[in-house]
Amino acid sequence: MENDEEKKQPDPLPDRAADAESGAVEATVAKLEMVAAEPEPAESIAKAEEPALVRAAYEHPLPIRITHWVTAISLFVLVASGLRIFRAFPSFGPKIPEKVLLDVPKSLTLGGWLGGALQWHFTFMWFFAVSGVGYVVYQVASGHYRTMLFTPRDIPGVWPMARHYFFFGPKPPATGQYNPLQKLAYTSTILFAALALLTGIVLYKPAQFSWLAFLFGGFHLTRVWHFAAMCGFLAFIPGHLIMVVLHGWANFYSMLSGWKREPEYQE
Amino acid sequence: MITRLEDKELKRQSRRQLLKLAPVAALGIFAFPKVSDRLVAAGVRFSDWASGALFRSQHPAQTFSNSDVVPFEKFPYNGYDVLDPEIDLEKWTLTVEGDVQHPGEYKLAQIQALPKTNQNTRHVCVEGWDVIGSFGGSSISDFLTLVGANTGAHFLEVECADDYYESIDMASALHPQSLLCYEMYGQPLDRGHGAPLRLQMPTKLGYKQAKYLDTIRVTNVLKPGKTGYWEDQGYSWFGGL
Repeated sequence: MENDEEKKQPDPLPDRAADAESGAVEATVAKLEMVAAEPEPAESIAKAEEPALVRAAYEHPLPIRITHWVTAISLFVLVASGLRIFRAFPSFGPKIPEKVLLDVPKSLTLGGWLGGALQWHFTFMWFFAVSGVGYVVYQVASGHYRTMLFTPRDIPGVWPMARHYFFFGPKPPATGQYNPLQKLAYTSTILFAALALLTGIVLYKPAQFSWLAFLFGGFHLTRVWHFAAMCGFLAFIPGHLIMVVLHGWANFYSMLSGWKREPEYQE
Repeated sequence: MITRLEDKELKRQSRRQLLKLAPVAALGIFAFPKVSDRLVAAGVRFSDWASGALFRSQHPAQTFSNSDVVPFEKFPYNGYDVLDPEIDLEKWTLTVEGDVQHPGEYKLAQIQALPKTNQNTRHVCVEGWDVIGSFGGSSISDFLTLVGANTGAHFLEVECADDYYESIDMASALHPQSLLCYEMYGQPLDRGHGAPLRLQMPTKLGYKQAKYLDTIRVTNVLKPGKTGYWEDQGYSWFGGL
């Protein structure tokens, strides 16, 4: 519409402007950048008048974000207090003779003494359980789980992704919100949590839940499984945190606000 | 799902969503020791309440064959203070008080005259270790009948010759496997394990199994700060398995 007028003015970027329609020249800087990034075909002149649009995805619905952070805090407390509890008998063998398996530094623990650590553990186990169950129920009920659940179809994609991360291999194209390695990691944490909760129930109430104790190979072995569940989380968390740092603020912020600006994947 | 929206709108949406998450920050209150002490104490009280609600009064704890029992010398001696409060076993009597029809002093022979239960059960320590031991004694339930206790009362308090003290819920006390134990491994209790009489309840943690029993009291009220030696320092009161 106003293009005819503007065409008379000297063109600062002749090549670019010719491609992108000269209407962009007088537009704001933001519009210019946008047009430069995505050259508009000649017939969509009208679009140049609309405000600049940003690609964004609402990645994490509120229930996911709430349960993510409650779980994160609970896990921190449960691991730290759990290690303090483990210090009281740092062995998986008999009491006599006691063979110390691992001397956990006090500074890594929470609670000050066994009784204090148990109080933290017995408080945050409820937060962890409610949050975890709430998370799974929401994922299933909403269908949102499809973005993160690891399925056999994801198996071929794991190695290329691992090769990219660990051995500087080529980056496989992003196909969805999460790549196969991420799906594997996130799905594993659900299994770790389920293991931690079920074994926790046995350790807390072995007589009331004797059938569950039996399922895990008895009270004694259940303690080993409970510890193994923690090791699973301890294997997951550093990788998770490193990835968050590497992927930057927009990625981290999306777990707070739900919205991700300029997601790296299509659709 | 990728959408396209104005920068301003995206920022507005993001802020709104961020605010909705704010209540989670309330968990930060645990970072203040003065507050967190009370919150975790409340957490333990809630856990104890849930434990009481979950407790199945007739559900037996697992029992084991003689071959599963650890040798006597591998059953730990665990005491909070001394392993021998120097009780005169000849003159010892158990004082029974509180909401009972026949309060007074009871001799060991009166307790041993009740039907005897032998059981191989797991002894679980709050620290995380466990041993399967062999125990013999009279059921607390039979003894409470003998002394005419009001089993509708809520609690059983015990005091010990080594100044240890404990209290348990009546439902756990009446559990068929809850014993006034006077034998281990077919022998009279030795001094280290609580001679002449101790509690032995496979549905409770080790610290609830008071040794060197001196007094049993049936009551509806526990004195705050006097519910159990370890409990008063922060252990779970229910301490159930």
